Amino acid sequence: MLTLENVSKLYGEAGSGTLAVKDLSFEIGENEVVTIVGPSGCGKTTVLKLMAGLLAPSSGNITIDGRPVVRPPEQIALVFQDYVNSLYPWMTVGDNVAFPLKRKVRDRVERRERVMSAVESVGLAGFLDRYPWQLSGGMQQRVAIARGLAYQPKILLMDEPFGALDAQTRADLEDLVLKVRDEFGVTVVFVTHDIDESVYLADRVLVMGPRPTFIEADLAVDLPSPRDQIETKELPEFGRVRSDIYRRIRRSSELMRTENLRTVKA
Amino acid sequence: MRLNRAAYLAAEIVTPLAVVLIVLWFTNAQPSFFLPPLQDVVAAFIGNWLFALVPEHLVPSLARLFTGYIAAIVIGVGAGVLIGKVPEIRRQATPVVEFLRAIPPPALLPFTLIAFGTGDAAKVILIALVCVWPILLNTVDGITGVESTLRETGESYRIGRWDTLLHVDLRAASPQIFAGMRASLPLAIIIMVISEMVGATNGIGFFIVQAQRTFAIPDMWSGIILLGILGYLLNLVFTLVERGALAWYHGSRADVR
Amino acid sequence: MTVISPMRSVRPAPPRSAAPPSAGVLSKVWRRISSLGGALALILIAELLTRLELLPAQYFPPPSVVLGRLVTLMLEAAFWQAVGLTLLGWAIALGIAALIAIPLGVLLGTSELVYRATRPIVEFLRPVPSVALIPLVFLMFPPGSLDGKVFLAAFAATWPLLIQVIYGVRSINPTQLATARSFQIGRLRTFFRVVLPAATPYLATGLRISATVALILAITGEIIMGAPGIGLEINRARQGGDVPMMYAYVIVGGVLGMVLNSGFAALERRVLHWHASQRGGTR
Repeated sequence: MLTLENVSKLYGEAGSGTLAVKDLSFEIGENEVVTIVGPSGCGKTTVLKLMAGLLAPSSGNITIDGRPVVRPPEQIALVFQDYVNSLYPWMTVGDNVAFPLKRKVRDRVERRERVMSAVESVGLAGFLDRYPWQLSGGMQQRVAIARGLAYQPKILLMDEPFGALDAQTRADLEDLVLKVRDEFGVTVVFVTHDIDESVYLADRVLVMGPRPTFIEADLAVDLPSPRDQIETKELPEFGRVRSDIYRRIRRSSELMRTENLRTVKA
Repeated sequence: MRLNRAAYLAAEIVTPLAVVLIVLWFTNAQPSFFLPPLQDVVAAFIGNWLFALVPEHLVPSLARLFTGYIAAIVIGVGAGVLIGKVPEIRRQATPVVEFLRAIPPPALLPFTLIAFGTGDAAKVILIALVCVWPILLNTVDGITGVESTLRETGESYRIGRWDTLLHVDLRAASPQIFAGMRASLPLAIIIMVISEMVGATNGIGFFIVQAQRTFAIPDMWSGIILLGILGYLLNLVFTLVERGALAWYHGSRADVR
Repeated sequence: MTVISPMRSVRPAPPRSAAPPSAGVLSKVWRRISSLGGALALILIAELLTRLELLPAQYFPPPSVVLGRLVTLMLEAAFWQAVGLTLLGWAIALGIAALIAIPLGVLLGTSELVYRATRPIVEFLRPVPSVALIPLVFLMFPPGSLDGKVFLAAFAATWPLLIQVIYGVRSINPTQLATARSFQIGRLRTFFRVVLPAATPYLATGLRISATVALILAITGEIIMGAPGIGLEINRARQGGDVPMMYAYVIVGGVLGMVLNSGFAALERRVLHWHASQRGGTR
């Protein structure tokens, strides 16, 4: 569905700029949860923005359903990490969720229905008339997710959405993601630095290499569904995949650290 | 020295009262030409502004003030949005705007006298001409300062241009725009007054100067006090309006400590 | 009173690229110059409109004529005298305002009791537009005197400075005061080393605002009360029908305003540099 082929991204001038992404290729299919992990600073956000059509690649192709991605495609909805600045503080929860729909869905009644169903499925049914800043961080992120769901995209792109939240909230929201995937049949692409989270959620894990980043490994996660925070994490398969990823990332982090030192010294 | 609340409250009430009493005593005990006895001034105030001269002087003054101020808001926000959204226009407009806004407002009074005469229109134009700059500049700041995540959210959801402008940019910039409007308010009052001191036939400014010329000193002071009250009230009204319009802003900030 | 948009963010800079140095300098200069293109275009359009009599030349002389007049004016002593007198009045007024507002502000800011006691009075006197006192100045001072102009400008300039100094002194974090006290630092030393530095950014802002206000009121005094200076020249030019000269002096006023504002803004920036900028400003 969403394909990246030999994508590179260069910031700045050729010869003197920073190469953030080099020769990156992968595919995202229907109805799967793909998580993307990588060492800090490797360029995860750049890759995400490329996928979302917010950045143009310097070379290579990005296509969705066969058509090239030149601007944010209709089939993708984005959930940002910074929910404080992603939700509009002057709109209520209901208005926030409905806002992107104004263009897509002309009919008010249908819009209302979509909003209701999305808000219900994230568990915020009674909060339509509240303002985002009246809610806790976890609830605000739920609103952001509801907004993405109401949009009815094919792909829900999530950029480290739970990074700013506490562990318990994070666990609840992870389960929420799995639940809405089942309910709405949407593909989820989830960028995270939390390795446990990446394995717990995923059908596939894309492990990113050090900068300039590329896909170092495309690991299938053979864990049963439905997932459970306790039971699934006790399974040997979980530990195996987790350790595999951890080792790769540790190695990549080392590489990036020595690379940084080298450039600083020079 | 930490005092309890009652003491502070007492101080807040007693001190102004004491000052008033002192002024009352002083102006009676040592009557001077410029400082008539306080009770005369109060009597003049009641006689003039409650409500005899209101239609003749207060109403025209306020009418000119509001017309000019609103014009400044409309033009300031409109131009500010345009300048803020198109970077090239901003680059070109900045030197021009920076120069024009630096012209001391009174210096423009003779210009409007020549170009537009002494009627109401000239006064309104002068008020608008002076008040537009803080509003315009703050609008530009507000529009260009919209948080990048907010922008990207709108982009990723393909929010339309018009919707973005009305529901995102203007709302996000509104705290800054209100700050500009707040800065323009005292300017508007000042310009209103001085435009009525030169080449006018009515208005509070006219009244004060007239009173001074005819040596009706208590009347003069009544006018000065009226202007003070006007300034205070306008500020109050503005604060209330702002609080309503920016309820979301104050609410969201209350959390971020 | 001052507001920052909540939306201001410190954006992480995208990875820098190092452009070759020589191109950098040239392009910087070009950028500066090219931003004046719009101004130039406007002037040319104005020139065209006025020459073609689309704008009545009586009220709107062509920019070239105005600029020519300005140049000839600058060769006359009377011009510099007028500018000097405006600046003199401005400087004295600002000085008086500072002499009154700073100590008073410190006093009001430091003592909670005095602050609370005087707050209603300050809040009542503050909104009085200083121009309302013009008739009073007419009475108190001989017509067209420097003193009258200075009185007006000083009165007006005192308030913003006073308010800012009070804010500044009161802005001191109680934790910082407690720290000083716990280290047994004496009252006087605490004042000079802790309170005053914390108040300095506010002082700088207050000076900038007051400087602007003082200039405005000085010129107001010249225009309305006939005190010598730029404002008087503007009026004279208008009454004598010498419209280009009037415009020329207006431009001088603008230049003066710009110079003073950038000067004080630069000072303010330098002072704010050392302190966490917790407040934005209106412009």
